[in-house]
Amino acid sequence: MTEYTAEGGHGAVPTEGVPTGSGTTKGSWPLYEVFVRGKRGLNHVHVGSIHAADAEMALHNARDLYTRRNEGVSIWVVLASDITASSPAEKDPFFAPAGDKVYRHPTFYAIPEEVPHL
Amino acid sequence: MTATLDEQELQGRFEDVIAADQRIEPRDWMPEAYRRTLVRQIAQHAHSEIIGMQPEGNWILRAPSLRRKAILLAKVQDEAGHGMYLYAAAETLGVDRAELTDKLVTGKQKYSSIFNYPALSYADVGVIGWLVDGAAICNQVPLCRCSYGPYARAMIRICKEESFHQRQGYELLLAMVNGTDAQREMVQESTNRFWWPSLMMFGPPDADSPNTSQSMAWGIKRHTNDELRQRFVDMTVPQAEALGITLPDPGLAWNEERGHYDFSEPDWTELQAVISGSGPCNAQRIAHRKRAHDEGEWVREAAAAYARKQESRR
Repeated sequence: MTEYTAEGGHGAVPTEGVPTGSGTTKGSWPLYEVFVRGKRGLNHVHVGSIHAADAEMALHNARDLYTRRNEGVSIWVVLASDITASSPAEKDPFFAPAGDKVYRHPTFYAIPEEVPHL
Repeated sequence: MTATLDEQELQGRFEDVIAADQRIEPRDWMPEAYRRTLVRQIAQHAHSEIIGMQPEGNWILRAPSLRRKAILLAKVQDEAGHGMYLYAAAETLGVDRAELTDKLVTGKQKYSSIFNYPALSYADVGVIGWLVDGAAICNQVPLCRCSYGPYARAMIRICKEESFHQRQGYELLLAMVNGTDAQREMVQESTNRFWWPSLMMFGPPDADSPNTSQSMAWGIKRHTNDELRQRFVDMTVPQAEALGITLPDPGLAWNEERGHYDFSEPDWTELQAVISGSGPCNAQRIAHRKRAHDEGEWVREAAAAYARKQESRR
């Protein structure tokens, strides 16, 4: 018997005998990553991605998809393939240089309590 | 720069992240079965949102007022948006959206059973918002804490919007039950049709759901089918009472000892039949999706050609 479960939002779907794809792309529109500034004074934050034929279409589609309820005042889109990323593993030696430099933090320095404004 | 780690150490790190209730992110190492489970779940969730536009979309041109039409348009547009958030999350796992669409229209991947039922009257728009989206919220809220980061983040966005869906549906029903006898009858008739399919949305009883425990161990699923179904029934009964309508289950009764409502067993053979293709609208839903996709082919090609031309002129 095929196994069904409530996974996914709207409920019962089969969980066995479902192919999950090869990861091959078939010449579809390129993928853009989308960054939205929620309001003035805040940084742009990554919110997701979108397919579009070009950057201008990506901006329009990102507006329709990610800011339907006033979630943004500015959008950046960038081709996903143009992003260079560090390796994500938490114990990555890439981030090791920051690990042992406690003297970069203000709490490293003991100052007598009676000294004001420090 | 990164030392090569053997599989066992990677597995250990993966399990540590899950045990600490932290999130797995796209470029992290993950077991192949975890990846496959997520692709399947997120893709079929996305397909459900996309197919889910059809039952209600059918009523946009026949909405009873401009207000209802604007609301329904916004809701159906949200469903498309939810599908897009989810396809984007699935793509972080190394699959391509075009390939997932292909698997939907060729029937290799499925969508939720509930969308194979037709929306026969405008009361159905209200009942779908109340019961179907209500059940979806029960399923989706725990997914906001799913161990896979992109899926959890997509679900947070979706849940915020689902609340509008459920409330607009309930408000529509309130308007109808405060209307004429005929309108009250429409609400009752629609509820009678959607009650059991809504309960089936949570899947078969836990005893028949052997994959649930693995998904729970991975932090993908947080509650069992039966737990979520019970939660839904407990939430819904007082809402039905407030509407002044009945739920079509003679076995429905408050159980003081358990602190929950008892209810009858849904007809699981119906769920099997609907998922495996024999529901009222299966063929129609896929045919419609395929037609929309095929008819959009020239638009996708034209846009790509235009983009190439612009690029070459730069």
